[in-house]
Amino acid sequence: MRLEPRSGVPVHLTVLAPACAVVLALALTAIPLLWADVPVVRAYGLIFEGALGSQFALTETLARATPLIFTGLAAAVAFRARLWNIGGEGQLYVGALTAVAIGSGAIVAPPAVMIPMILLLGALAGALLMLIPTVLKLRLGVDEVVTTLLLNFVVLLFVSMMIEGPMKDPMGMGWPQTAPVVDAAALPKLIARTRVHTGLILALAAAVAVWVLVNRTAWGFEMRAVGANPAAARFAGIPVARVMIRVGLISGALAGLAGVGEVAGLKGYLTLDLSPGFGYSGIVVAMLAQLNALAVVISALFVAVVFVGADFMSRSIGVSSYLANLIVATSLLTMLAASLATRYRLRWR
Amino acid sequence: MSEIVDILLSVSLWAAALRIASPLILGTLGELICERAGVLNLGIEGIMTAGAMAGWMAVYQGADLWTGVAVAAAIGMILGFVHGVFTVPLGLSQHVTGLGLTLLATSLSYFTYRMILPDVPSPPRIEAFQPLPIPILSDLPIVGPAVFEQTALTYFALIAVAVVAYVLYKTPLGLAVRSVGENPAAAEAQGIDVYAVRIGAVMVGSGLMAVGGAFLTMSAFNAFFFEMVAGRGWICIALVVFSSWRPGKALLGAFLFGAFDAFQVRLQQVVGGDIPYQIFLMLPYLLSILALIVMSRRAAYPKALMIPYRKGER
Repeated sequence: MRLEPRSGVPVHLTVLAPACAVVLALALTAIPLLWADVPVVRAYGLIFEGALGSQFALTETLARATPLIFTGLAAAVAFRARLWNIGGEGQLYVGALTAVAIGSGAIVAPPAVMIPMILLLGALAGALLMLIPTVLKLRLGVDEVVTTLLLNFVVLLFVSMMIEGPMKDPMGMGWPQTAPVVDAAALPKLIARTRVHTGLILALAAAVAVWVLVNRTAWGFEMRAVGANPAAARFAGIPVARVMIRVGLISGALAGLAGVGEVAGLKGYLTLDLSPGFGYSGIVVAMLAQLNALAVVISALFVAVVFVGADFMSRSIGVSSYLANLIVATSLLTMLAASLATRYRLRWR
Repeated sequence: MSEIVDILLSVSLWAAALRIASPLILGTLGELICERAGVLNLGIEGIMTAGAMAGWMAVYQGADLWTGVAVAAAIGMILGFVHGVFTVPLGLSQHVTGLGLTLLATSLSYFTYRMILPDVPSPPRIEAFQPLPIPILSDLPIVGPAVFEQTALTYFALIAVAVVAYVLYKTPLGLAVRSVGENPAAAEAQGIDVYAVRIGAVMVGSGLMAVGGAFLTMSAFNAFFFEMVAGRGWICIALVVFSSWRPGKALLGAFLFGAFDAFQVRLQQVVGGDIPYQIFLMLPYLLSILALIVMSRRAAYPKALMIPYRKGER
């Protein structure tokens, strides 16, 4: 028995492998559910119901998927070029911080000016934050995995400092939170009286844009070449450093947009619990999508279903909602194993 | 200025330095063993969390302290086995597997904790390891109280450094570990089973990381909190680079880090209100990044680090 590399990926496997991975993950997470003495089928039924069972549930899931699409794209773009940006969480927060810094009254302008401005500057903040580890990697050979991870902690502490200090809302009853973004800077709701906002449209547009960029442009070709084999890419005359910087900036900007969307579209102000780990979940989203930008939308929806549904299930039958993280993490590992099937075939001999 | 000198001369600073360093020594040693065998283990943050939870929970349920340590180590080795199987024979991305393992181990720990203790108002405490002065040595001036009045797990960490250094450099087993991390094809030609050595090294390393995590709940805070590992695993990865993959330097790096951390806590009390406390809390992370920048020029990575090995493929 041995593994033999495949020359091409059969189409049916690109759909079948993730599907099998998810089913396997759900089967594995049934073990802790059984241990918790919870009827497994009912628990999964409640997850489904809580995430998709009503119009309200659906809108909640879409609202949850919005930042995940952005952070998923951020990871997918970077990983494609083998730039390991694990700093999505920090980039999300600097994006959000920039959005409130500008959007909560510092500048007064009509929405047509305000909204593009906070989006652009929020994205720029995320991009600049990612520039630091990218340059350190290229110039000094510092591993970007550790620097992006450690910067997440630095950024969170910085945000904490700002919302307890200079940016603390004087009207906030003493809570550590910023002043709310003004109406002119708020992303309009897509559906009235729900939490779905225009950020979702932007996220979908970003997914299409990233897909076109990666698969249909010269820049994308260079990115993929650098990811596949940096030495060969350099030999072929591709400016590897410039490509990496470009990738880092795009990746950081996408994660920054996730933060702008959460703050200007959903929460309205910035607190330290703005993101329950969207930056980290984005990595799972990207891997489940096998780094394909369009598939990121689907896998972000899946992860959103799990999170929103598990919250509902947790409230209904009293199982810790950490089950959601458990399902998502298990899916990542089973997906990784399933990805072997798309790259290798099993030969019996 | 005199306050700073007072801080630096106080015995409590150096005792605290070693105490803060202890989980980092164990975590760094564990990661070092994995990387010496050619496997990057980004599962460390989750493995430390799992060790912290499992060791504490075992003791809370009535086991004695050393059984708790053994439980933590066993959980760490099981998680290490998962990482090893995914990255060594299957050759999957070490980055993604490790991060996935961190997510899995962390959420599994939190889930288990909530499962067993669904509604405790505040984290319950255990009777943890107590300081264990070593006769005669603890009477030495400064060094005595700083080094020889620690808890048993700190001594365990210090002994582990010596054992790992000895095994790595003086035994055939250590040679096998180093050679699968440098040149697996040559190791295989010597009759070494590359897969077995790599998986074994990842398991042992992960066991040490888990004990490092258990130090937090069984020798420092005496209770389990969510997010208590707080990036210590990532700091260990930076310390491995700082140490140039050498156990002795890993001890030095972790100790310097602990000294700095202990110093900033005391400095914070002196300068107090003028500077936001978050600045002080940022320093350890910034220091780790700085250490990486300083050392990375000279970093001599194990040659086969992060390169999966397939038998019969070149």
